[in-house]
Amino acid sequence: MNRATRSSDPNLVRMGFMPLTDCAPVVAASLLGFAEAEGLKVYLSREASWATLRDRIAVRHLDAAHMLAPMPIAACLGLTPLPDRLIVPLMLGFGGNTITVSRTLWADLKAAGAPTHLEAEGTARALADVVAQRKRRGAAKLVFAVVHHHSAHTYQLSYWLAAAGIKPNVEIDIVAVPPPLMPAALAAGQISGFCAGEPWGRMASVAGSGRCVTTNVAIWRASPEKVLGVAQDWAEEDPERHFRLIRAVYKAAVWCDDPANREELAQLLSRPEIFDLPASILHANLDGRIMIDDGEDSRVGGFLNFSKSAANFPWKSNAAWFYAQMVRWGETQMSAEASARAQATYRPDLHRAALAPLGVPLPTANSKMEGALAVDTAVPSTVGRLFLAADGFFDGRVFDPDRIEEYVAELRAADQRD
Amino acid sequence: MADKPLRILVIDANSIRASIIEDGLREAGYSSVIVLTDATAAVRRIVEIDPDVIFIDLENPNRDQLEHMFQVSRAVKRPVAMFVDQSDQASIEAAIDAGVSAYIVDGLKKERVKTILDMAVSRFNAFDRLRQELDAARSELADRKRIDRAKAILMKTRGMTEPDAYALLRRTAMNKNKRIVDIAESLITAAGLLGEEDGA
Repeated sequence: MNRATRSSDPNLVRMGFMPLTDCAPVVAASLLGFAEAEGLKVYLSREASWATLRDRIAVRHLDAAHMLAPMPIAACLGLTPLPDRLIVPLMLGFGGNTITVSRTLWADLKAAGAPTHLEAEGTARALADVVAQRKRRGAAKLVFAVVHHHSAHTYQLSYWLAAAGIKPNVEIDIVAVPPPLMPAALAAGQISGFCAGEPWGRMASVAGSGRCVTTNVAIWRASPEKVLGVAQDWAEEDPERHFRLIRAVYKAAVWCDDPANREELAQLLSRPEIFDLPASILHANLDGRIMIDDGEDSRVGGFLNFSKSAANFPWKSNAAWFYAQMVRWGETQMSAEASARAQATYRPDLHRAALAPLGVPLPTANSKMEGALAVDTAVPSTVGRLFLAADGFFDGRVFDPDRIEEYVAELRAADQRD
Repeated sequence: MADKPLRILVIDANSIRASIIEDGLREAGYSSVIVLTDATAAVRRIVEIDPDVIFIDLENPNRDQLEHMFQVSRAVKRPVAMFVDQSDQASIEAAIDAGVSAYIVDGLKKERVKTILDMAVSRFNAFDRLRQELDAARSELADRKRIDRAKAILMKTRGMTEPDAYALLRRTAMNKNKRIVDIAESLITAAGLLGEEDGA
């Protein structure tokens, strides 16, 4: 895929993606006619790193992209090397990540009583035991990898570790490794574990070097993962064109969510220019099948949710949660101004306006208490009836976006306990 | 800051391109240039190398690893910025167009770094042109081979001399408003279908 030259074509949208299963709505919108039906032409570009994807947007070689959920927020807060104005009019779904560890570490975790079926709490507790044992023995610190610093993975992994009393970056080092290189880094012993989107956890399991211990949906049932990030000036230059893009990706996400389309989607993603991997691996990811011992699969309900339960709705409270984690780990200051700027990155208003012609039920609220729903719950919607699925965190905490400061203070107090 | 020699680290998986950049920097009088083709090794050695300027090719998947280290590692003492001046959109664009990204430690003067940045960008572009020329030369060679094959088929099946065979190909190309190599290609395909080619 060659670099697109600047085009005067008003219907062209240049979109970047990284090879992770959750790029599906962007790829399907581009290649299966959803964009075309909205009168858009798509130039689709696979990128080698999140940094390069971000840089190409910054110089406007790209107009929009499959992005890590905290990435546009970090760009708007000026935390990235090239600050930028990006907006998020649509989420690409929930879930899809695993925390996968080396077989050696898995043996230690099992000996420390880790549950075998991907529960977040028991596995974190076992890891805390192993970390404490290693400290007593004077063994080297464990190294875990994430895909990028400003990623949902970083904050999910840190949340999971910290909830069990493990201090990230102090008791376990966290490094970044490109997702396709995770299985090799694990096999070579450079890292002991990683948090990454599929198919890379499964690839490590299939290769015999890794064992999945838990998933991001076990950590937070409604954990936002990737987003459609759009250059704000491109969106403002032609708001109707932007709305057409939102509709195209939304329809593609709904299509991706339908189990009847999984085989076709797996075939599409397996193409050489997208993943260049066997369709069977991608199909397993789409089914939510996680390999546990001896090639046996465990099926995780709601593992990869592209659209159900308003999964595409860019809740301001999602942005606020990421901002709270950035404050918690000392990456940015707590201020009303920064909080407002972080939340302004997510645009439920544009989401509703773009999708209004489709007559689908959308939330009327912009924000919600995160982690408060224990069961499927009906919420006020623009039309029809809308249910949100249970969205709890594994440690039972609830995040109130109007009380970020108290939330961070509570977490920090817990983080400082030994 | 005194004008001590700048340490420049070039990380490029393409060793030929890396050496072209290294040569350029040395010619311009920068003596402290370290070139590494393995990005993972570079990330491990960065503290020891302690560079003032880092160039890394844009397609390198390890850029995220490098940036992560700048962001969280306590090992890197000095803050690192991307490019010198973020308001200099033209430089940033030129670099990204050329396929290179630059990281520069804080506190260096813009004028000192600008020449190095320009140098790296022009060398990246020069490498790109070289590659395009090489691709063009390769495809020209391939074209010539195809035309030779088509001539051989005509000489064998119609008993023509080589100049006549070439003249026929050229005339046909002109009449059909096509390139000679396209006519040659069609002829080779047709001969293959008719079983006429036998190893020509």
